[in-house]
Amino acid sequence: MAERYELKQKEVWDGNMAAAHALRQAQVDVVAAYPITPSTPIVQNYAQFLADGYVDGEFIMVESEHSAMSACVGAAAAGGRVATATSSQGYALMVEVLYQASGMRLPIVMTVVNRALASPLNIHGDHSDLYLGRDAGWIHIIANNPQEAYDLTLCAFRIGEDERVRLPVTTNQDGFLVSHTAQVVEPLQDEEAYKFIGEYKALNPMLDTKNPVTYGAQTEEEWHFEHKANQHKALMESFPVIEEVFNEFEKVSGRKYNVVETYKLDDADIALVLMGSAYETAMLAVDKAREEGIKVGLLMPRVFRPFPYNEVAEKLKNVKAIAALDRSAPMGTTGALYNEVAGALAAKGQSAIMTNYIYGLGGRDTTVEHILEVIRETEKNAKAGKRVTDLQGFINLRGPKLSFN
Amino acid sequence: MKKITNLKEFACTPDRFQGGHRLCPGCAHSMIVREVVNATDDDLVISTATGCLEVCSAIYPYTSWDVSWIHVGFENAAAAISGAEAMYKALSRKDKLYNEDRRVKFVAFGGDGGTYDIGFQSLSGAVERGHDFLYVCLDNENYANTGGQRSSATPIGAHTSTSPRGRVSYGEKQKKKDITMIMAAHGAPYVATAVPSTKHWKDLATKAAKAISTVGPTFINALSPCTTEWKFKPEETTEIADLAVETCVFPLYEIEDGRKLRITYRPKDKLPVEEYLSKQGRFSHLFKPENKWIIEEWQKQVDDYWDYLQRREEAGV
Ligand SMILES: Cc1ncc(C[n+]2csc(CCOP(=O)(O)OP(=O)(O)O)c2C)c(N)n1
Ligand code: SF4
Ligand SMILES: [Mg+2]
Repeated sequence: MAERYELKQKEVWDGNMAAAHALRQAQVDVVAAYPITPSTPIVQNYAQFLADGYVDGEFIMVESEHSAMSACVGAAAAGGRVATATSSQGYALMVEVLYQASGMRLPIVMTVVNRALASPLNIHGDHSDLYLGRDAGWIHIIANNPQEAYDLTLCAFRIGEDERVRLPVTTNQDGFLVSHTAQVVEPLQDEEAYKFIGEYKALNPMLDTKNPVTYGAQTEEEWHFEHKANQHKALMESFPVIEEVFNEFEKVSGRKYNVVETYKLDDADIALVLMGSAYETAMLAVDKAREEGIKVGLLMPRVFRPFPYNEVAEKLKNVKAIAALDRSAPMGTTGALYNEVAGALAAKGQSAIMTNYIYGLGGRDTTVEHILEVIRETEKNAKAGKRVTDLQGFINLRGPKLSFN
Repeated sequence: MKKITNLKEFACTPDRFQGGHRLCPGCAHSMIVREVVNATDDDLVISTATGCLEVCSAIYPYTSWDVSWIHVGFENAAAAISGAEAMYKALSRKDKLYNEDRRVKFVAFGGDGGTYDIGFQSLSGAVERGHDFLYVCLDNENYANTGGQRSSATPIGAHTSTSPRGRVSYGEKQKKKDITMIMAAHGAPYVATAVPSTKHWKDLATKAAKAISTVGPTFINALSPCTTEWKFKPEETTEIADLAVETCVFPLYEIEDGRKLRITYRPKDKLPVEEYLSKQGRFSHLFKPENKWIIEEWQKQVDDYWDYLQRREEAGV
């Protein structure tokens, strides 16, 4: 047994430390990882836990992220709890294997510290890596601060390992803004955390050699479609399990998470949709805007995949105008979040006026004032009853104003 | 270590790699694999890189594998097996093994493409980290699964689909990369070369048994004559392998701890390389007068290398 780690009721942790403690408390059997800014401290913290006797699983420092995810796949198929951490280029290098992990239905947990993708090289936060893994068949959960990074990483094990799900899960936190920002975190004690996650339940483990299994077979046109459809079904049907786990987590922690989070949306005329640490900035902006008399609310898909399109549409059914804010370069179209929300509304025949804003690329600051400006523009559309602002705007971009219509 | 006595007994070991797979008739991959998986009585967990072996042995809903088996991708067989091996260690430390009474060994198979080229990094990493596994390279000197393209294992002068002979080309321009020595240089406790053949079956089986029972990363480079891409008759596979050994084109040796080389078979009368080359369609153009120099070059390289091996063995290094 690994040594118990004495935790105070309130710890001061940054997002990386929070994620590392969650991995430690999950008593992961195999962690295979490779360092990259800004998630490196997760790996370093974990290595220190191991060196101090707080971890009794295996820790493999592989020679690349491609091998990290490949070793995770081998380890998970062998039959035990598996986790890793990465960011940006590391995530990009893993992409091939992300699909292999989900296709084999292996409940690996990956704590992602979101960072821009090169070129140009940039080590700061944006959601390019998250968007790159969007269709990889993983569940993607968003954490906006260190407490959430900790809580949701604990939840991730339980969600992914549930027999009704059996899918890999990422928890995402913004590079530096969350990963390197120390805040008060109220952790569970080790026993409590482990009890919440539960023992790993093996399904077809390779190490049960008396019952040999074949993983990663070839399927061509006769079976590939069925396999992929089944995998999609598992993702689509994971919502009740995610909600169940969030409810259970509330019971042990008093903190409640929702598949779709909202802020002051109930009576709102206009809404902003965004994910990540900027959601907290936007809360402050909403409070200010309301002082100005603008009835604005916020919505965030806590779970980006599977995308909760029904609930998103339902929660946005009374607003007249929506701005979707994407923290990733859309490269030739409207942002992914804009597209998701627009699709969700269209499916219900809802017709709020929608605009898209691109913000925060490569760690560019997005302040309360910037978000207030978005709110004011969105309000103009609501008032006019049609779109009078740009379809796609860029927040805090230097140089001449850039917009698309 | 499993005791390997006579061929009859060895051939009667219950199969862990079943027939019915779709490898070409006469494909050496299946011969090598059968010998390796039958060379131990311990249970096995196997990973296999993308390539002929993988696509022909596990086509859903069928599988030829009567042992636990995983295919992840082309370049990561070694990384995948290192994860499985780490899980075994973790679960045994935590007293959570699935079958307390069984010992589990780990083996990875990769083609020359999956080993010399795209999978080289993950192999190097897994060996450097010291995982307890055997890696077997099924070296057919080309990317057979995708239609016979060159790899860094393709020898000079060979015709492949991406180093074709042509009006102004004699085929592959580069020499074959010396993967076995590279793996020995990693300091792996055991590396060896082997061939699938009736004459040298025991050499391969014994090396596999030794490698599997050695603690730490071990490596076997097995020459795998490919009837389809090398262009010889399917019934000639083992003969071609024997010729590779008798000409010293593919010498049989082993190295312990990267330091101690031993030649495991010494041909009585070393045959000229033509004996080996002339049997294979991929080299037929080398027998044109203008390409005579390539055969001469081959012979020189083979002689040099054989001499080098003998000097190393004599010196005990
Ligand atoms: C990343 C990646 N690149 C390319 C391929 C295509 N591919 C599949 S198998 C193969 C060649 C396999 O050659 P080798 O490893 O020598 O095995 P063989 O088929 O000869 O036994 C190639 C190029 C792939 N599957 N994945
Ligand atoms: S192409 Fe060559 S390696 Fe592939 S199955 Fe046929 S004989 Fe074997
Ligand atoms: Mg090959």
